[in-house]
Amino acid sequence: MLLIYCPYCEVERPELEFRCGGEAHIARPTDPSTQSDEQWADFLYMRTNTKGIYAERWRHIHGCGRFFNALRETVGDKFLKVYKTGEPKPDLDAIAKEASR
Amino acid sequence: MVDQVTADLYVPDAGEEPLLAISSVSILRAAPVSRLSFRCRDDARAAAGKAFGVALPAKPLSAETTSDRIAFWLGPDEWMLIAPESDLEAVSAKLEAALESHPTSLVDVSHRQEAILVSGDRAVWLLNTGIPIDLDVSAFPVGSVTRTVFHKAPVMVWRTGEDSFVVEAWVSFMDYVAGLLVQSAGELSAA
Ligand SMILES: [Zn+2]
Repeated sequence: MLLIYCPYCEVERPELEFRCGGEAHIARPTDPSTQSDEQWADFLYMRTNTKGIYAERWRHIHGCGRFFNALRETVGDKFLKVYKTGEPKPDLDAIAKEASR
Repeated sequence: MVDQVTADLYVPDAGEEPLLAISSVSILRAAPVSRLSFRCRDDARAAAGKAFGVALPAKPLSAETTSDRIAFWLGPDEWMLIAPESDLEAVSAKLEAALESHPTSLVDVSHRQEAILVSGDRAVWLLNTGIPIDLDVSAFPVGSVTRTVFHKAPVMVWRTGEDSFVVEAWVSFMDYVAGLLVQSAGELSAA
């Protein structure tokens, strides 16, 4: 079973305790009424769906209940890094370089 | 490392028959307690602990206990507060008064969940028939508390000794949890 590290509980836990919350770092428009339908649809539905290193929101729903962010390599399903909500998105190129070493 | 923690609030319910009583493990229903789900920001944590009577732990997966109070860490801004059944109103009133100036959430969940006491040499083995986390004492030391899942039901597990656990589940899930535990324990008595 895939083990995922929760940055709040500070332990590795089985995937069963978690839910994936889709792509991370997507800011909700601060004033939705100024958005065109296309822009709003973009915000709601369009995701990069990267093959490679992807920043995702994960929720430790059956543990501490908190959302956090994780970098997952979508081909091998390997978690490369987890970080707390609010922390900046890591430099994906640097992480990729490190992972390929 | 501690090998036993104070768990005076969780006593077997005297009016109930044991759910399981074999030589290697037993399951007993625990008597009712007051349960309060509490959330606050870090700046209110100290005041909340003072009003409640025991500090609210900041260390993940830990608990602070006295003979009549328990504060379980459930998340970085979330605790489960346990007190005797008769103290509910006094505890709520004290917390509300002490935290008037802080944004907090205090919810009485006393009857949302109930507890069973699982103890014995094979308690870890038995719990691990449905709980997917590592319960070895090196990974989940005495005193640790966590929410997790038992098969498909969310549960809260607190380790009170090397071979003793408190398992809480929502009232309507308890028959499922306790029933599967008793069924799995058939493996132990069959051997
Ligand atoms: Zn967690």
